[in-house]
Amino acid sequence: MGEAVSQGINEEAAGAVPHPPVDPKPLLVVEHATKSFGAVRALNDVSIELLRGEAHALLGENGAGKSTLVKILAGVYQPDGGSIYLDGARVQLTSPAAARDAGVSVIYQEPTLFPDLTVAENIFMGRQPLKSGRRIDRSKMMKVANDAFTRLGVHIEASRVARGLSVADQQIVEIAKSISFNAQVIIMDEPTAALTEVEVERLFDVVKTLRSQGAAVMYVSHRLQEVFDICQRVTILRDGAFVKTSLTADTNIDEVIRSMVGRDVVAATSTGGDATGENVLEVERLTREGIFTDISFNVRAGEIVALAGLVGAGRTEVARGIFGIDRVDAGSVKVGGKKLKNASPISAMNAGVGFVPEDRRQQGLVMEMAIDRNVALASLRGLSRFGFVRKASERKLAYDWSTRLSLKYGRLSNTVTTLSGGNQQKVVLAKWLARRPRLLIIDEPTRGIDIGTKAEVHRLLTELVSQGVAVLMISSEMPEVLQISDRILVLCEGRLIDEFSREDANENAIMRAATGFARVTAS
Amino acid sequence: MSQNLDEVAPTLSVGAAGPKTPLILKLVRFREFAILFALIVVFAATSIKNTSFASSSSIQGLLSGPAVIILIAVGETLVIITRNVDLTVGSVLGLSAYLVGDLYVHYPHTPVIVALLFGTVVGAVCGVVTGVIVAYARVPSLAVTLGLLYIIRGVVAVIVNAVQINATSLPTGFINVGANNFIGIPIMMWVAIVVVAVVGYAMRNFRAAREMYAIGSNPEAAVLAGIRVQRRIFGAFVTSGALAGLAGALWLAEFATVGSTAGTGYELDAVAAAVVGGVAIFGGSGTVLGAALGALFLNTINQALVAAGVSSFWDEAVAGLLLVLAIAFDRYLIVRSERILRVEGRERGRH
Repeated sequence: MGEAVSQGINEEAAGAVPHPPVDPKPLLVVEHATKSFGAVRALNDVSIELLRGEAHALLGENGAGKSTLVKILAGVYQPDGGSIYLDGARVQLTSPAAARDAGVSVIYQEPTLFPDLTVAENIFMGRQPLKSGRRIDRSKMMKVANDAFTRLGVHIEASRVARGLSVADQQIVEIAKSISFNAQVIIMDEPTAALTEVEVERLFDVVKTLRSQGAAVMYVSHRLQEVFDICQRVTILRDGAFVKTSLTADTNIDEVIRSMVGRDVVAATSTGGDATGENVLEVERLTREGIFTDISFNVRAGEIVALAGLVGAGRTEVARGIFGIDRVDAGSVKVGGKKLKNASPISAMNAGVGFVPEDRRQQGLVMEMAIDRNVALASLRGLSRFGFVRKASERKLAYDWSTRLSLKYGRLSNTVTTLSGGNQQKVVLAKWLARRPRLLIIDEPTRGIDIGTKAEVHRLLTELVSQGVAVLMISSEMPEVLQISDRILVLCEGRLIDEFSREDANENAIMRAATGFARVTAS
Repeated sequence: MSQNLDEVAPTLSVGAAGPKTPLILKLVRFREFAILFALIVVFAATSIKNTSFASSSSIQGLLSGPAVIILIAVGETLVIITRNVDLTVGSVLGLSAYLVGDLYVHYPHTPVIVALLFGTVVGAVCGVVTGVIVAYARVPSLAVTLGLLYIIRGVVAVIVNAVQINATSLPTGFINVGANNFIGIPIMMWVAIVVVAVVGYAMRNFRAAREMYAIGSNPEAAVLAGIRVQRRIFGAFVTSGALAGLAGALWLAEFATVGSTAGTGYELDAVAAAVVGGVAIFGGSGTVLGAALGALFLNTINQALVAAGVSSFWDEAVAGLLLVLAIAFDRYLIVRSERILRVEGRERGRH
């Protein structure tokens, strides 16, 4: 055991890290980890080392084995082979509790808090500080919780209930939980996927704080720019196998992408808005009380318009209002010059609007249903005869679209749960494209999708607009917004605060608008 | 009970630390006071209409009647908090009442305290059976307890026909428990008050209890947090059974006779009391004090309708209406408070 660790250190000294960070002795060592699910080898002989004080990125496409490795470290999965060492001692992470006790903590993309309990209780659940008679010491609990937030440089009221906390704040609560039991290894699984840029900045500060306190942060993300901003080293996995570990300073984004994908990824760029296209969507003074106010804009055929803004600015709500899911209090929506009456998804769909929701698992797909049936779900009327769905046409429709979107699937009759996240998103897209919409509203089109598929989705959207479809896209990913949209509308607290054309859009300007910069200077 | 109120207060004031806490948020936290307020309003209104309603004998009725329901509502609250339901409590109450009576038939000199303990143990054993099936065999509690409701009721019906139990088989000391007062309040009610105080205190101050809330609030997160979910759910069912057993013994002391229908329908009264008292039907929040006030409230409404000369047929309809209103109100509070909390968070983020 000791040998194995010292060997690890030697390897370290031998080449990987010429300028070792704070402490060259690895805090966490995973050696030759292997894990299979049935015939699928999810993880094949993967080794990785985390040092104190480093942020270490774990990269790879969906299905590369990142989640499996994370779950092994979280104590959720047991590896079939290989060993894990913490501070030189071999450990068995047999359960989430065992991992926690060993000092390994995982912050998931969607944190799992107890909405009815206070923030402090969430942090200390199962290990509350006790006073005489094994009673919970509430004041100490509050104090330690508040101290943790102070250490993180974030203000969250420890006595409030967790219900209503933003995803970003929920993650901070999870991080506070990790540091409250002195977690040494903090694993963040796609932490920024649902965060706005400001919240991402705050999270980065927290990561820096954690590093300076001697923790090792393992950072799993699809956003490479972030990785290069905050991580010292990257480890890349592909198809369950280890590809390489390198210093971020010694590599670059293109190289990393090549290692992840094993090929070059061509970034899509919009064809450039066809400004002469007719108005497909005209939104006039749309208002939903307390949510958004006085929203007016239009989308022409052949252009991608992005709705940018912070999470909570009302972007998704506006989209839901347009599609008729939520009732609006005032204003009108015209599609192809015709006003939508009796706002409802049915009338929006009949007018040629497609809506790809943000949460594909909850709202976009029927997870337990077969791929072909999911694809056909929005087109059933066209596929039916005498009210019965014709299976053959359903199958044909699904087959055509799966081929066009190069969907990777086993059989069309498998449930969508068998697909990776990126391919699930393609199924949602296929479902709506099969209706040949004139307007496609798409909310967070590439959240949690690997780079290869992401580029495909982008290319698909550009292809669509070149065929004269209008696209209204909501995205929290600034590069995505800048890359593929022709116009960018910025929402701030339920108001349309600014509009940028493709030419004069840049990240800073958009962020300033989104954070209500104009208003701050005025007051 | 007063202890319990004191315990609630500190959290409230901490939560209200901001310059002004929106009324909605206060209502969420002060749920018990809302029901207490409603209770007082109903009582006052009825007293004005019918002056005899405020008489001491009437108040006596208001207090002694719900003691049994309060006890089973407390146990039911624990179960509901873990996102389960216990429909066996009415049948368990019947079984316990009968077995305690049977104990006196065979051992007429059993001390009262032993009889009460015996009833509690009978209930706890039933709770163990339910708990094992729900928590460890993972059968949904609605199905399990509905089945056990009928099974236990069937057992009671069979054995009740074997031995008759009436006041003559019960010692005076035992019957006095159901009839006498202590400092102006029925002894049965004292038992309920002590149970509410003890369980209420425990629910706020012990890990096991807080873990029950966590399980009901988010079962998946509870597993990830390393909570022994099965053990906690099991504990909730055993407690519920034990309290139903205790309630059965007291029920016998009050009525001094047991038929095969003793306690029929009490399970729904208990659920109604808990929900009207602010216990969330999907678990995760609510207090035993709230449930107890809910039981008191439903009983007071019942008596008030009688005093106001309204046909007793309306009683159940009114209880049902209150139940629906309470659930709708809870839903409304959650949605509203969520929105307010979100906005608060956003504003805070900007400063």
